[in-house]
Amino acid sequence: MAANYDIPTPKKRLLSLQINPKLFEKATDEEKKQQDVMAQSTTFFRDGMRRLMKNPLAVISMIILIFVILVMAIAPSVVPYGYDEIITVEGVRDKEAANLKPFEYSPKEQAYMEKYNVQVFPHIMGTDELCRDYFIRVVYGTRVSFFVGIFASLMVLVIGTIYGAIAGYAGGKTDLIMMRIVDIIYSLPDILIIILLSVVLRETLDVSKVPLLGGLGSNMISMFIVFGLLYWVGMARLVRGQVLQTKENEYVLAAKSMGASSGRIIRKHILPNCLSVIIITTAQQIPTAIFTESYLSFIGLGVSLPRPSLGSLANAARSGMQSYPWKLVFPAAAIVLIVLAFNLIGDAMRDAFDPKLRK
Amino acid sequence: MTAYIISGGGNKQVAKYIIKRILLALVTMFLICFITFFAMNAIPGGPFNGEKAKSEAVLQVLNERYGLDQPVGVQFVNYMKRILHGDFGVSLKNGRDISSIISTRFAVSAKLGLMAILLALVFGIVLGAIAALKRNKWQDHVIIFFVTLFTAMPSFVMASFLLLIFCIQLKIVPVWSTENPNYILPVIALSLSPMANITRLTKTSMLDALGQDYVRTAKAKGVHPLKVIFVHTLRNALIPVITYVGPLTASILTGSLVVESIFTIGGLGSAFVDSITNRDYTMIMGVTIFLATIMVLVNLISDLVYKLVDPRIKLD
Repeated sequence: MAANYDIPTPKKRLLSLQINPKLFEKATDEEKKQQDVMAQSTTFFRDGMRRLMKNPLAVISMIILIFVILVMAIAPSVVPYGYDEIITVEGVRDKEAANLKPFEYSPKEQAYMEKYNVQVFPHIMGTDELCRDYFIRVVYGTRVSFFVGIFASLMVLVIGTIYGAIAGYAGGKTDLIMMRIVDIIYSLPDILIIILLSVVLRETLDVSKVPLLGGLGSNMISMFIVFGLLYWVGMARLVRGQVLQTKENEYVLAAKSMGASSGRIIRKHILPNCLSVIIITTAQQIPTAIFTESYLSFIGLGVSLPRPSLGSLANAARSGMQSYPWKLVFPAAAIVLIVLAFNLIGDAMRDAFDPKLRK
Repeated sequence: MTAYIISGGGNKQVAKYIIKRILLALVTMFLICFITFFAMNAIPGGPFNGEKAKSEAVLQVLNERYGLDQPVGVQFVNYMKRILHGDFGVSLKNGRDISSIISTRFAVSAKLGLMAILLALVFGIVLGAIAALKRNKWQDHVIIFFVTLFTAMPSFVMASFLLLIFCIQLKIVPVWSTENPNYILPVIALSLSPMANITRLTKTSMLDALGQDYVRTAKAKGVHPLKVIFVHTLRNALIPVITYVGPLTASILTGSLVVESIFTIGGLGSAFVDSITNRDYTMIMGVTIFLATIMVLVNLISDLVYKLVDPRIKLD
């Protein structure tokens, strides 16, 4: 193609590396279009989710958790037994239905089924020593664990974020005093304090008359009080650190010099930068809380009877471990499965949402 | 590095940090005693309202004898004095001296705990190093699979499963008894989950160290690969592991509460769990303070060692 625009041809010098612009061709429209292909514009959340969905372990964990949640939601309305209901056949208490194996029927149930030619709902995980259906007890125990995990991490989220943001944004003396308090709480041995306070609160707290909370039992309430008192410090430290770091950035200074209010700076510049830390820490808090709950239930400080919890079910199963090992295996497997799934999702979220790890 | 230690500013900073850290530990201990004391006071019905009803006169004598008729502040001061002298009072259930119960029971727990700590550290570091050196190979994948599994297993699940499989189903290991103490299973049950954490930690810091310039220089110089691993990489990679010794002790101590009860080992942990079930308050308080002291001390020491070992770490 001949040069058709006016660019003066530089004087050719020997050994010069100068390029003659006339040798260049104009790009066609098609060629220009090729250069236009860019990554689709994306938000922080959408980008993180896309990365999360690419992680096969995270996807499997999510499927497992969704399955567990569905079972928890549906099972109580499908299974015709209650978690504290003793199995009856034709309105009579079935004393032979204790410690049945999974999918086993008691002699009375078998006779009943033959007599009327109907199917009695199977005991998917057998029954316990008090003739209660074990499956529904494990399902309710899982519910308790989920409830504790999610509620505790929400508490950590709210208290930790507010505390950390105030300390980080205020700075100076306020920050110093607030962080000393955090240091002290952080160095308390949490499990011991939780045991101690649970023992005391169990004795002193009477919540049975309080509506809504009454059904939970004082052990559960004391557990939440202790979570609320102790577990938020990690989150507060992280959020404060993040706020301190973000606060010093040039774009915050630029926003300030353009007259942005502190509310706008927090909303638009500081909070979005802390979001990854907040999301990751909240997700990682859930398995910790489930662990603590099952631990406390195991040593007899968890939810009150007859309400089951995975920890107390495992504890109760210990005495008959020799003859009925499945009673230990089911709740223990449920704990491991849930904690594993939450752990993997937490790790995957850290990888997906932490911009510092991206390379 | 040397300049940093020799320079007066660095020394002053180190001293300041040590003092600050010791003060924090003291405040923490005071707070723990404070919480335990008021927790004990908050429980309705004093320590003498046991199963057997006592007459008013007897109660009054008892209250006077143990100083329970004095104001709370005075009681707290007395309580602190007694604790500082190592006197935790007597158990409400069997009337025995709590300090002597703790000292006899803790001997068993300490043996168990130290073995578990050792096992967790050795295997954690070795596995972590292997996982880092064989990154993305099958060794790494196998190690990380088990590590992920173990971190999701509470110590009581682990202990119950080990007992179920090896003692009851396979009958390889005899069940614990005082005449025939077999520490294998309880030690494994206690150490697996901290071991998993140490493996993760070692792997991360080892990978970090492997990417450093001085490692590349050593390799380029033709230093023997084993020397590169042990002298240049592992030594530096182990520094962050020091910080984990504090949480490791806490995890082993709290884990021993359930593991000891599962294996029916007569250590301090099972005594503590029994006292919770029996509502033996003085015992609960005594053991809480004792265990908390150990945890705070170990944390303090590991923090100080960490900061002193590596001068690159900023003293905050």
